[in-house]
Amino acid sequence: MTLIAPGSGSPVGDPFDGPTAHAEERGTSLWRGAFARLRRDPFAILGAVIVLTFVIVALAAPLLAPYEPARAQWGNQVTPGSVPGPSAEHLLGLDAFGSDLLTQLIYGARQSLLIGVVSTLIGLSVGATIGLLAGGIGGWIDVLLMRFVDILLSIPSLLLAVSIAAALGRTSTSVMIAIGVAQVPIFARLLRGSLLAQREADYVLAATSLGLRRRRVVMNHMLPNSLGPVIVQATLVLATAIIEVAALSYLGLGEPNPTVAEWGRMLVKSQDRLETSPQLALLPGTLIAVTALGFTLLGEALREALDPKFRR
Amino acid sequence: MLRFVVRRLALTVPVLVGLSILLFLWVRALPGDPARALLGQRATAESVENVTRLYGFDRPLHEQYFTYIGALLQGNFGSSTQTGQPVVELFKNGFPATAELAFCALLFAAVLGIPLGYFAARRHGTPLDNLTVGASLMGVVIPVFFLAYLLKLVFAIGIGPLDFLGVFPTAGRQDARIAATHPTGFYVLDGILTREWDAAWNALKHLVLPAVALGTIPLAIIVRITRAAVLDVTGEDYVRTAEAKGLLQGTISRRHVLRNALLPVVTTVGLQAGLLLSGAVLTETVFARNGLGSTLFNAITLLDYPVLQGFILAIALMYALINLTVDVLYGVIDPRVRVS
Repeated sequence: MTLIAPGSGSPVGDPFDGPTAHAEERGTSLWRGAFARLRRDPFAILGAVIVLTFVIVALAAPLLAPYEPARAQWGNQVTPGSVPGPSAEHLLGLDAFGSDLLTQLIYGARQSLLIGVVSTLIGLSVGATIGLLAGGIGGWIDVLLMRFVDILLSIPSLLLAVSIAAALGRTSTSVMIAIGVAQVPIFARLLRGSLLAQREADYVLAATSLGLRRRRVVMNHMLPNSLGPVIVQATLVLATAIIEVAALSYLGLGEPNPTVAEWGRMLVKSQDRLETSPQLALLPGTLIAVTALGFTLLGEALREALDPKFRR
Repeated sequence: MLRFVVRRLALTVPVLVGLSILLFLWVRALPGDPARALLGQRATAESVENVTRLYGFDRPLHEQYFTYIGALLQGNFGSSTQTGQPVVELFKNGFPATAELAFCALLFAAVLGIPLGYFAARRHGTPLDNLTVGASLMGVVIPVFFLAYLLKLVFAIGIGPLDFLGVFPTAGRQDARIAATHPTGFYVLDGILTREWDAAWNALKHLVLPAVALGTIPLAIIVRITRAAVLDVTGEDYVRTAEAKGLLQGTISRRHVLRNALLPVVTTVGLQAGLLLSGAVLTETVFARNGLGSTLFNAITLLDYPVLQGFILAIALMYALINLTVDVLYGVIDPRVRVS
């Protein structure tokens, strides 16, 4: 590591010499400023509304759903050729197993949120720990950990998730672990890169010159300054996770009970009814896409809000 | 240049060795007996014992690993527990179909994506730009197989008053009634080589929908990267200098903007290879095409471990080779990479 000699001038411009900053942002923290910018961005608001609706529906599913999920109590009304459409009792009709479609869709949000959040937390915590050790300690630990991450990256992430889910058995938990592990390399590389970029910063030099221990410099100074991109990535990864849950369901991995409400599984089970009852595929598919869109919009807006390049 | 390639190649070796160790441990970490996992559930006690001895599951772990690596280096990837076919043969059978599909998908994505991204950036802030950005966002958030369903519903099955749109075949690689000869296994190429034009046309028609479904995510990503790269480059000093020198706008666009903007685009196109391979698992299944993807799908559903193990290793190897090619290409385009 090369330290910039005092007086040689930092390549990073003085934060105060730019064009006059927004008056309302002066004196606020990075995150407060970012939040103020987010509120002015219509795409961020759209993303936030979608995400918020999704979370509320997922949490309040038992209150919102007209029936109990996955009961298949109207199975006798479903024939191989047709599924009952919308009616007064069933606003969206039935699904292929004879459960209320609206109920299944509402409970599906719960399942997607649970799997998406838990898997992203797994990916984030393991990946960030690896990135922190690699970027914070450096040396042979860095080399070793990064080669391990390279190996994980050499397998396309869906296949990596598939291999893990196949080894762990068909349960929701194994899907969470599988998707989480597939995300580990993303977070590990990101945090490491972010830490390495901070290493040359003036404030690190200042903290080191003050005689702070390396651990303290990394944990208290470099880490908080490196978290921005990681949080942005976590939001974006949530979108991918929700899509990957569906993909794993499609491949027959995950919850083995076919009547359990999960959007990806509902989509899969509708495949042979595509001609006669396309709504069975269209509704869960659209919900997956819209939810993923919400997280993506929010994540990208957050990225722009936190990036000094985009500050206007 | 040669030194650059050799050094880059040397970096791939430890990754592949590490991966082989992981895959080796993976089969041994499976629930139950590894021999039973390799043979399938219907295996007799006798055959389980045979395989245990053959693969040496009763010997120490490091010895087992060297036996496994030795077999791999001789091209022995084991056999399917379901059909008994060697994994290598399954891979050879599936490869042309998937390569054909992936190539068309990438072609669709690049041919459409680079100009779209370029024009969106050149007309930054106009409705065209906003439309392109919005559409590319939609491309990323739609699950591949849902898009495949939609395309199949509209352009193959046909719905309601729009059923005249349903002109494409729903399944397979070629109509069964066409008795075509297949010297290479790449159906479109075969049709051209043997001058059986109707066979080539038919195979091409079967490719359109799967290629569009598979190519949409790469398309969206390529559009976004190209747009961002062009926007980035347009603000550079050397572009301003070129403008100040009074160069023609066309020359500036071609020689100064596009060439520099293409660097990240080339990397992105290469990185899509992995995405295409895993996307092929989903797309080939929806459109019932027999390729690597559908073979993998079957292996996943039936938990055919030798096939899974062999295919994942082979795909990682292909992925590594593609990344190597991309890096070399990068070196060709950008002389700075070669020296650093």
